[in-house]
Amino acid sequence: MTKGKSGEILPGMLNEKEKELRNSFLLQVKNIPGGESIKKCIQCGTCTATCPVSYTMDITPREIIALFRAKDIDTILSSRTIWICASCYSCTVRCPQGVKVTDIIYSLKRLAIENEIFPKKFPVYALSNSFVWFVNHLGLSYEPGLLVSYYLRTNPFKLLGMVPLFLKLVKNGRIGFFPKKIKNKKSFSKLLKEAEIVENIIPMQES
Amino acid sequence: MNYSYYPGCSLEASAKGYDESVKYVFNELGNELHEIDDWNCCGATYYMATKETVSLVISARNLAIAEKKGLDIIAPCSSCYTILYKTNHILKNNRILREKVNQALRKIGLEYHLNVEVRHPLEVLVNDVGIETIASKAKRSLDGLKIAQYYGCQIVRPERGLDDKDDPQMMDNLCEALGAENVYFPMKTQCCGGMLMTTYPDVGLGLNKKLLECAKENGADIIITTCPLCQINLEAYQNKINKKFKTDFKIPVLFFTQIVGYALGGSPRELGFNRSLIPFDPDKIAREELR
Repeated sequence: MTKGKSGEILPGMLNEKEKELRNSFLLQVKNIPGGESIKKCIQCGTCTATCPVSYTMDITPREIIALFRAKDIDTILSSRTIWICASCYSCTVRCPQGVKVTDIIYSLKRLAIENEIFPKKFPVYALSNSFVWFVNHLGLSYEPGLLVSYYLRTNPFKLLGMVPLFLKLVKNGRIGFFPKKIKNKKSFSKLLKEAEIVENIIPMQES
Repeated sequence: MNYSYYPGCSLEASAKGYDESVKYVFNELGNELHEIDDWNCCGATYYMATKETVSLVISARNLAIAEKKGLDIIAPCSSCYTILYKTNHILKNNRILREKVNQALRKIGLEYHLNVEVRHPLEVLVNDVGIETIASKAKRSLDGLKIAQYYGCQIVRPERGLDDKDDPQMMDNLCEALGAENVYFPMKTQCCGGMLMTTYPDVGLGLNKKLLECAKENGADIIITTCPLCQINLEAYQNKINKKFKTDFKIPVLFFTQIVGYALGGSPRELGFNRSLIPFDPDKIAREELR
């Protein structure tokens, strides 16, 4: 919520943080094909109704758009909602106005990660962080490594519970003990470095 | 026909049976799959949720390498398919992102010119090969096998327009032509929760329980799917679900290509049936040999 210096709510005025978040968010939305349809939301709630996990969210998908309009992205980013979204695209498919809800939630996840707005041992962040680490270092994902790294970051005791499944998968030849790597690791690392550079280029406004 | 093949990380590990059976089916129907040279991870939903341009760059590396051969890409994993398709779609529609991605790719001697189509094997089998052709080449009938057709959420979702978004029919029609019986399964595109099984297990287990319940109530012998993540969620966590909800599920969950491959005459071993955690012996159900 936008608050003044003494804490009172000032309608129509944005604090610095909200201003910054809003600008980054709008930039992200511009990159989504059809992203501008966010303007057309009629707040019907079809997205919430069709979402298989909305029952466990703290704010619903419909409310995300309402909060964006109320200029309160900060609240959205600290919600559990954006992390519960499993990216099944039900909402996007059924939205009568063509709002790209799932892609908007992706933008919000990136924004939260960029600004580190989440609890310390946060499960989704731990998982995506582990995932990104493996891809960056191997060029490929490695399922057992991913899970070990994830549980070590969140709850190491749960790792024990995964052992029986792990052994069964090894027995059936569905998991390798050692991770594979891409062949041309050097060129892949170079590509990642370049990608990080272009990621941070903010494009000039098109005339 | 010739296709570029993008197996993806799962098909080299937990979904090995998918890889084996896709290759078997395509080979048996006279198609050649050319694995993309030194492909890398597509980035999956987790990279997409971290850094947008970087995720597009690593995904586009695969498209750029495949483009040299000029063949359509086949990506069996629903998540890889979605990410590669989405990357292609974004790059086609957004000039600025395309320029950024190519700027990075050029540094390692690659460039992507948007000349590749990303396709799912289910759609290729139905549209390029044709259900009638497949049925005419069948060596076994699946008569007596009751299947719950689980498409999962990714492959039928927007932009892709692979099939009807709520009630896709491709897999149903294919299995029916091979003699199987499709049970009523209205949850065919409901989400399995994906990685929620790891991050929020309570939510993930609940979603999968509903799917298993629906399949069981409608009398399915097996569930078949197109997605490695759905497969492992539905199969590997049945014990946990049974414990949590006091149920007694024991439903084999297979990849659709394993069933199609079996109808085409493949042995259970070459199609990876032996890799299932909940064993399924197709010989017991489909006895009738056609030729």
